[in-house]
Amino acid sequence: MVFSPDVILQGLISGILIGGIFALLSVGLTLIWGVMRIINFAHGEFFMVAMYIVYFLVEKGGWDPYLTLIVSVPLIFLFGVLVYRSTIQPILADPAMNQIMLTLGLSIVLSAGAQVLFSADPLFVVTKYNRLVFNIGPAVVRIPQLIAFVGSGLTAVLLYLFLQKTDAGRAIRAASQDRTAATLMGIDVERTFLLAFGLGSACLGVAASLMISFYYVSPTVGAFFGQITFIIVVLGGMGNFIGALVGGQIIGLTEALGAAILPGSLSRVLTFTIFILVLLFKPQGLLSRTRK
Amino acid sequence: MKLHTYLFPLIVLFLLILLPFVAGEYVLHLFILVLLWAYLATSWNILGGYAGQHSLGHGVFLGIGAYTSTLLFIHLGISPWLGMWIGGALASLAALFIGYLCFRYGLKGPYFALVTIALAEAFVFLTSNMASIGGARGLEVTWIGHRPDMMQFDGKMGYYFIILTILVIGVLITLWLHNRRPGYQWVAVRENEDAAEALGVDTLRTKIEATVLSAFMTAIGGTFYAQYFTYIGPRTVFGEIVSVQILIFAIVGGLGTVWGPTVGALLLIPVAELARANLSGSVGGAHLVIYGMVMVLVMLFMPKGIVGLAKDVLSKLNRRFTKKNIYKEAL
Repeated sequence: MVFSPDVILQGLISGILIGGIFALLSVGLTLIWGVMRIINFAHGEFFMVAMYIVYFLVEKGGWDPYLTLIVSVPLIFLFGVLVYRSTIQPILADPAMNQIMLTLGLSIVLSAGAQVLFSADPLFVVTKYNRLVFNIGPAVVRIPQLIAFVGSGLTAVLLYLFLQKTDAGRAIRAASQDRTAATLMGIDVERTFLLAFGLGSACLGVAASLMISFYYVSPTVGAFFGQITFIIVVLGGMGNFIGALVGGQIIGLTEALGAAILPGSLSRVLTFTIFILVLLFKPQGLLSRTRK
Repeated sequence: MKLHTYLFPLIVLFLLILLPFVAGEYVLHLFILVLLWAYLATSWNILGGYAGQHSLGHGVFLGIGAYTSTLLFIHLGISPWLGMWIGGALASLAALFIGYLCFRYGLKGPYFALVTIALAEAFVFLTSNMASIGGARGLEVTWIGHRPDMMQFDGKMGYYFIILTILVIGVLITLWLHNRRPGYQWVAVRENEDAAEALGVDTLRTKIEATVLSAFMTAIGGTFYAQYFTYIGPRTVFGEIVSVQILIFAIVGGLGTVWGPTVGALLLIPVAELARANLSGSVGGAHLVIYGMVMVLVMLFMPKGIVGLAKDVLSKLNRRFTKKNIYKEAL
């Protein structure tokens, strides 16, 4: 174990930055979860799909990583809408476990499919942003991570404003609170769900474009981020927008500080322990005021 | 129950006993896989199918069984025939702890599923970081020659008959419990926990019992897994893919049915293995694509699985044909 202040400072900075990305990924999941009460086990794999799209644009098409936003976001929105229409909408009224099994099946199809198509090797792009860094005292801040952090924050704010201020956003919130009442108020709940699912997926497109400059792509990248986002969403309370942002920071810091202090990959054990404890003792999320 | 109900399963069993005397190595390997996963799915089915608590982390119990017998064998030379029971006992203890913790705090449905996934993942990282039990590299069961007393055999026939016996016992346990008190209590808890509680079923105890039995059976399969594949690692036994594979055959075959898991494995594994052999080459993954697609399609079009669907169709036909008789009896 190393407890030097430099390591701790580096862990804090990395944790806050990666926590922002975690938060953006989780906001998408919590939106889908909160609105449709569907636990999308394929959320991480949707992100993997977005990462591959961005990777090919940058590597084969020579695009600037941040320019890929204009393609990755609409494409993954469309992808989400198509998946929702073809598989999730038909089982919206089924038992929760059936929905879990279905999305779990989807996640396996996507990750194993990526393995068959692109092999299991991790892919990494070299861009002009890769090596940009600056120092805060002894700690290093990687500029692509900082951009990703700021970009995630902006996206979250935009999404929040959309949900609060626009008619479509209000419709989404109404449908999430009470499907029947929303229908009676003249809201097309089906279309609202479709929009929410698409938006939740589109967040992943943003994250993919922001992350390609400092993160690799592989078929298992979805499994890792899928688990992380699940933990965050449960931590923050399912469907709780602010909770996802706070949860993202908590898990980002846990992972980064854990990796700095604990040997090997034991920090993951710490993360899962937190998750299990929250599920057992406060399954409605850390931020909720009501108990049970 | 009359004899003719069991006629078809008995014929299948007879054919399975004859199989190794006519089949080649590859076919035998294929059927060992079928029987192993049929057995693991049967074990999962006790908790997931009958008691309705969908564990997505049964790899934990498989792994405890596999690691326990293998470590005892490597370090102390203890026969896996004995290690199997110790692994089963340890897995039961783990299940007792997990079950008590989860059900005591009223975790249900998706929440229970999430906890079990997280536990399995935590085990992956725990074992990966423990160098004394092989770390991320895993463990190899050392080959000491043809030693039936150490569960090691030349060729595949020995393994085949062991796993066939284990599966038959697993199915018999399910069959026996199906129409008895524990089976009824599990189904009652699954269908309506509050109603079961109101009728005097100790639901906490019932669910824990199902968890422990299911874990014990899975761990026994874990020992066989280690002996047959001779290699175990954190991802290969505790990983998410293993936990999903354990339950998929039960879901495809029919949750909460005696024969469902076996039927599911019999139908699905040959297809998936052929795909693995022919499509994916050195990459791997093709069989998983098939498993995933089957899961999606089953959930969309026949969530009760093959046996569940067959039962529905049969009972409908039965009702149509026996309607008149029922009226007569009623009169």
